[in-house]
Amino acid sequence: MSADVKHAVAIIGSGNIGTDLMVKILRHGKRLGMGLFVGIDPASDGLQRARRMGVATVDTGIDGLLEHPDFGSIRLVFDATSAGAHARHEALLRPHGIRVVDLTPAALGPFVVPAVNLDEHLAAANVNMVTCGGQATIPIVAAVAGVAPVKYAEIVASISSRSAGPGTRANIDEFTETTSRALVRVGGAERGKAIIILNPAEPPLLMRDTVYCLVGRDSDRDAIASAIQAMVARVAQYVPGYRLKQAVQFDAFDGRMPEEAHAPVQGRLKVSVFLEVEGAGHYLPSYAGNLDIMTSAALATGERIAAAIDARDGEAA
Amino acid sequence: MSDTAKKIYVSDVTLRDGMHAIRHRYRLDAVAAIARALDDAGVDSIEVAHGDGLRGSSFNYGFGAHTDLEWIECVAASVQRARIATLLLPGIGTVHDLEAAHGAGASVVRVATHCTEADISRQHIEHARKLGMDTVGFLMMSHMTTPAALAGEAKKMERYGAQCVYVVDSGGAMNMYDIADRFKAFKDTLDAATQTGMHAHHNLSLGVANSIVALEHGCDRIDASLTGMGAGAGNAPLEVFIAAVDRMGLHHGCDVRKLIDAAEDIVRPLQERPVRVDRETLALGYAGVYSSFLRHAEAAASRYGIDAFDILVELGRRRMVGGQEDMIVDVALDLVNAAAGGGAQVQAQRG
Repeated sequence: MSADVKHAVAIIGSGNIGTDLMVKILRHGKRLGMGLFVGIDPASDGLQRARRMGVATVDTGIDGLLEHPDFGSIRLVFDATSAGAHARHEALLRPHGIRVVDLTPAALGPFVVPAVNLDEHLAAANVNMVTCGGQATIPIVAAVAGVAPVKYAEIVASISSRSAGPGTRANIDEFTETTSRALVRVGGAERGKAIIILNPAEPPLLMRDTVYCLVGRDSDRDAIASAIQAMVARVAQYVPGYRLKQAVQFDAFDGRMPEEAHAPVQGRLKVSVFLEVEGAGHYLPSYAGNLDIMTSAALATGERIAAAIDARDGEAA
Repeated sequence: MSDTAKKIYVSDVTLRDGMHAIRHRYRLDAVAAIARALDDAGVDSIEVAHGDGLRGSSFNYGFGAHTDLEWIECVAASVQRARIATLLLPGIGTVHDLEAAHGAGASVVRVATHCTEADISRQHIEHARKLGMDTVGFLMMSHMTTPAALAGEAKKMERYGAQCVYVVDSGGAMNMYDIADRFKAFKDTLDAATQTGMHAHHNLSLGVANSIVALEHGCDRIDASLTGMGAGAGNAPLEVFIAAVDRMGLHHGCDVRKLIDAAEDIVRPLQERPVRVDRETLALGYAGVYSSFLRHAEAAASRYGIDAFDILVELGRRRMVGGQEDMIVDVALDLVNAAAGGGAQVQAQRG
């Protein structure tokens, strides 16, 4: 198969995330092309939009997808439903050998943040996209950790109320717990903490993310600031609205976290990084940077997986 | 007039909201002394946690001198009769933190969301009821929405299982008419069996007055703290509130003199920044800003050489909500950059 033939994909989940991802694949897909768009409510805005855009749809969920005559051509599935539903979807898709990119917090497969660790997981059957806040902040933690050991990383994600769908709202603990784990596993911090805030202001505010890292007092500040700037540029390659809002801030930290028995006598350094994520406005308007960074990361991941499959098939041929 | 036979549920918050006033640094000996005094003086419940609730200990809100569990266990070991309450903000703390707090001795939980975001509290309220806790919904920054919309959010919390829902004036920005309108809307919307509560901040000097107006409109529970120890200009000062409702002949169940002595002898000496209405705390009430921003804004003002008043007013203009403490430094940097004509950003990069 040549590289210009598109890999047909299915998206399960016709909510904000699934619909935004569909628009991105239609507009920007290189190796990926839309196969089937799967929901459970024929009247949902997402399914209606898919039909208007000429995309084949299924309104009976995973069961309808498995029975669809075009199912055999699907190479990759993006799951944008919920953690609970994803476990069943993964079990049903696995016997068919289909690659799965999971946008729910289920985290059955390894966490993937494209700017940090995608190369390690290109062959994984199922990869997980962490959370929107994780996609925005983990690259920064990884950049700092590349210069100095990060004893503790903490992130605050602020999103507009309008961009938080019912799934996010009903399971907010999954955001904090999944993101905290990924700050450690992918970001490389010793400990991680994540906070999410919903702001209902009108007109809606852009997504904001703040990253705090605790490092040794004598860490190289210039090297840390440069590594962060380079990482922001790297993420911006697949999320154009991702930017550093302020200069990186460094403050002496002489305190102790309550979980620590003893703090170092000489004190440490707090690195503060203020980010802004402006969405591309594909489905929801530009304030929904949280949506955009998730779907942009998923698209970048899917494209790289497809490229790896093509390279492998090319070698085999 | 208020019902003189009805017992007011007195909910002390000295050891939770009061955390903000001393940057979450209560030592265990002070916690034990305050809890013993409150228990002896007859309050119904004593709330204890980091000021921003379970797991609030962080760079963003300030690290606690102790973990939430150490504080809760300390109160549990110090009281004979008062119930132990704690606070949980979904998005900061989780159901796992709630379970641990319950295990350490908390039997009341207040689940707090911004006034328009009640639906993020569902999993926590449902779980608290499963644990058999007295479960309270806590609608922060209640001044930022209409009485009818606030009552709609309260109704959601009631449906999830909350047995009581609070009007929370986190910005200390409301007057007596604002409070009356919100309690009328609650009474029109909530089931008769659902209790209501009032949590005041004193930024416009109306903490006690607003609490009394709430009682006049059928409010069941009143939050207050010794000396007002709390974020911003503090909460309704407990000893003042009890003295005032005592003179009205209301049934509060507390020993007025013991509260006055505890306020003066134990709590006021702990204040490192006076808890009072002054330029900065008045700015909170005037601009409708989350009271917990105060000490962080003062720290940022000192770090970047600008006025805390200006930072607080700008935070209000940007409609920042509870929990967005990270935006305080962001605003401070914007103000510094604006004053320097935008050229300071590149310089600060290397600074």
